[in-house]
Amino acid sequence: MVTAENPIRQRLSGLLDRRLFRVRREESLPARLGHRRIFVLPTATGVAFGLTLLTMLLASMNYVLSLGYALTFLLVGVGLVGLHQTFRNLVHLELLSANMEPTHCGQTAALRLRFRNPSEHARIGLRLRRSGGGECRFTLAPTSDTTVVVAIPTQRRGWLDAGRLVLETRYPLGLVRGWSILTPAARCLVYPAPETPACDFPATVAAGQSEQTGRLGEDDFSGLREYRPGDPLRHVAWKLSARCDDQIYTKQFDGGSAAELDFDWHGLPPELDTEARLSRLTRWILGAEASGLAYSLCLPDRRIDADHGPAHQRRCLRALALYGIADGNA
Amino acid sequence: METPDAGSALQPRHGHWLAACIAITLLPHAEHLPIWLSASCALLLVWRVLADRGLTPLPGRAVLLMVAAAMVASTAIEYKQLLGKDPGLALLAAFACLKLLESRTLRDGRAAVLLGFFLQMGQFLNGQEISVAAFTLCGTLLAVGALLVMEREAPWQAVIGSAGRLLFMAAPFMLALFVLFPRIPGPLWGLPADAFSGMTGLSESMSPGSISRLIRSGKIAFRADFDGEAPPPRDRYWRGPVLSEFDGRRWEPGLTTLASGPGYETTAQAYRYRLTVEPHNRHWLLAMDFSTTEDPRTRYSSDLRLVSVTPLRNRQRYELTAHPTAHAGRHEPEHVIRRNLRLPEGSNPRTIALGRDVADRVEAPAHRVDALLEAFRDLRLEYTLSPRPLGRHTADEFLFDSREGFCEHFSSAFAIAARAAGVPARVVTGYQGGEINPHDGSLVVRQSDAHAWVEVWLPDTGWRRVDPTATSNPTRIDNGIAGALPDLDSLPLFMQPRMAWLRSLQLRWDAVANGWNQWVLGYNDERQRSLLRGFGFDGGDYRHLAAAMVTLVGLLMLGYIAWALHRRQRGDALDRQWRRFCRRLSRAGTCRADWQGPLDFADQAAGRHPSRADDIRWIGARYAELRYGRNPPTRRDLADLETRIRHLDIP
Repeated sequence: MVTAENPIRQRLSGLLDRRLFRVRREESLPARLGHRRIFVLPTATGVAFGLTLLTMLLASMNYVLSLGYALTFLLVGVGLVGLHQTFRNLVHLELLSANMEPTHCGQTAALRLRFRNPSEHARIGLRLRRSGGGECRFTLAPTSDTTVVVAIPTQRRGWLDAGRLVLETRYPLGLVRGWSILTPAARCLVYPAPETPACDFPATVAAGQSEQTGRLGEDDFSGLREYRPGDPLRHVAWKLSARCDDQIYTKQFDGGSAAELDFDWHGLPPELDTEARLSRLTRWILGAEASGLAYSLCLPDRRIDADHGPAHQRRCLRALALYGIADGNA
Repeated sequence: METPDAGSALQPRHGHWLAACIAITLLPHAEHLPIWLSASCALLLVWRVLADRGLTPLPGRAVLLMVAAAMVASTAIEYKQLLGKDPGLALLAAFACLKLLESRTLRDGRAAVLLGFFLQMGQFLNGQEISVAAFTLCGTLLAVGALLVMEREAPWQAVIGSAGRLLFMAAPFMLALFVLFPRIPGPLWGLPADAFSGMTGLSESMSPGSISRLIRSGKIAFRADFDGEAPPPRDRYWRGPVLSEFDGRRWEPGLTTLASGPGYETTAQAYRYRLTVEPHNRHWLLAMDFSTTEDPRTRYSSDLRLVSVTPLRNRQRYELTAHPTAHAGRHEPEHVIRRNLRLPEGSNPRTIALGRDVADRVEAPAHRVDALLEAFRDLRLEYTLSPRPLGRHTADEFLFDSREGFCEHFSSAFAIAARAAGVPARVVTGYQGGEINPHDGSLVVRQSDAHAWVEVWLPDTGWRRVDPTATSNPTRIDNGIAGALPDLDSLPLFMQPRMAWLRSLQLRWDAVANGWNQWVLGYNDERQRSLLRGFGFDGGDYRHLAAAMVTLVGLLMLGYIAWALHRRQRGDALDRQWRRFCRRLSRAGTCRADWQGPLDFADQAAGRHPSRADDIRWIGARYAELRYGRNPPTRRDLADLETRIRHLDIP
């Protein structure tokens, strides 16, 4: 774990989460915030408000001010109604869905949450925070739904869970903080960060092109072949395909099919550590995919045969992201 | 200085709200604050508004510190101290404005609102009238609005609406706590010396002009509610300080002792009444001559007054019985008689000569009093609210030179003359008369009813009241002061006869204010007990009260929470009809499974209830058509469906 938190504190907060806040490991969606899951406590201002009221009460008693009592008690009422409204601002809110898109390490991962307000009153001043970074504020009109995006900064490759989200509000008076803890079952892959600056592709090993190295231009047209699903659209020979009735052709470029790039873990310079290797491989994969080249990936624990296209890229990046990490779900 | 981030920074609109809140809160204070302080506060508030409009920058910390120091110093100079009620309120007002100028974050803004709440409370130290309460409510509304606006961006009308709703919802809590919070009588700790400086009323002594000053105040001194008929005006003498020591100019009270029983016998002719005394920070009760009571908070003083054990610092109610014809003080000890004959050397020689002359001519003390009254009548004294100022021998100059005076002149001169004539006499100050408010029937006695009269001691009957003012101006006693004074223009506006409509309006308002005083301001430990006794509780124990309070507040809170949890059943009128249909069938034993559509379910139900198969099928089909069809159901369609469902009786 990268987080350097005090382990005792972590265990304590875990215990609190389970026992007091009834946090489930991963809840199924859609979820509705029942009253048992909503917690309210006074804020610092709320405590100051309470002390103010106490002083006012003592003054009323001392000076026997009937209206002093009345004002104090009215404000006590305001505090209690504020508490009730804070509670009402959260209760019965529904979290419809949560999803995340894969991203590269160092970029922010977007956690998209869809909330619905089934009630006749607006939900105001909601604040969604994720422990470990990411916050956003939103308001929900009566009987409406909205998508909220929490930008989560990423620091490690591998699986990124939506994690423990705190939905909180201080509406209406800022005297009371109401909150509920959400643990939606959503996660995404964080791919390794692509290496910068980009490093040249490794030498190809395909036959007949022995001296040809990575710098493969896209203007070295070498021929045509029948379209195969997965070919990049911009390599399709549209004019030619339009002339022929039921055939689509794909332009082939020099080295394209002939020179398959082989991104081999073992071929990398020995001075690179694991993460640096993964970064370089990631950069190569992104580069090769952008150039429409086929590539294979060889890692110490698995090998992915040469191909190209988004699905192939995803498979390769996933392998890189999860390299050396126990994949709980795969 | 740290710069707050956008989320917690105080925006200009927040500043406007705060400025409005503090301004409204300070407005009723302005009457009691020194003018320079009110002006500085206004200036600081304007500064805040200008800064929020971007016209000037907010002052730096150094400037604020300097302003604060200057204000504290000026307050100290103005009040000659910093502790106490008045300087405390002045400082609080100054600090609230300074806090506003210093506020840059929402947190600061909230602190300013809390200060505002304090200031609103402080208003009540100066007065608790309905108007003050209304002003405070406005201030509270704005303060709650300011708190709201710091959490939510909304137009001001919406914020006021939300704040109003909040206060409205808070009202039941206020009511429950106000009624049930155990009230503790009296102060918890020592109060500053100036705590009750604002109260008006009779003073402990009397010198020329002291009562006529009081007369100009229309403030209410006390109210009396009689069981049955109120006594006639000539019996309405409300006894205040009794003054038996005269130093030539000023009358002072003599030494008195306190007893738990009255110094007079009760008589058959009695008036039972409830006296509600406005606070005057003194001990005397202002009871009608001569009253008895069972109230444990009172004692009888040897000069025939009823006094309270503690100074009257808040409005108090007493159950009293008056015996106007009782003989009082028949067995006065010798030293008291002697004291009431004492006169200072060399003062008022002509008045003393008048008294001695009467003593020479008449033997019996009672006749001497009559002869003196006769002599006063012959002097043709004029009753006026604004007599000419008098010199050293006040009684002499009043009786023989200016011949115009107010009740204090009459009573003082008569007491001196009576003492000179060998009749023990003393001055009694208090109130005379009062006015029955036609709207609630209570007798209202104002400061303007203040009066001074004389008591003479006669060996057979004890103390007897003599009102020398009445000899020159009998209307004063029967018609009150407004009927007695010839120079109407010197009367306060509210007492002038041509302002009758104003007076009627005032009486009406007084009736409302009386209710307010009795039920809101006068709600104290005693009222609380009697109210709870009415509900069958033993109100004496504060633990019962606390338990009742907690229970009621808890129930209220649960009610609110239940309301928050309650969700209206979703769906439109059509769904309601369909649910009703399903309920009917389920009562008849046919339940719809969740997966069953309307047609499917109708088929099943029709099979189970063949006698109503047509109706059931029709309803199922009709519902499906209306629900899923192209056209939304009209009101007529719904009515038809409803009739059909209502008339469906399944055997």
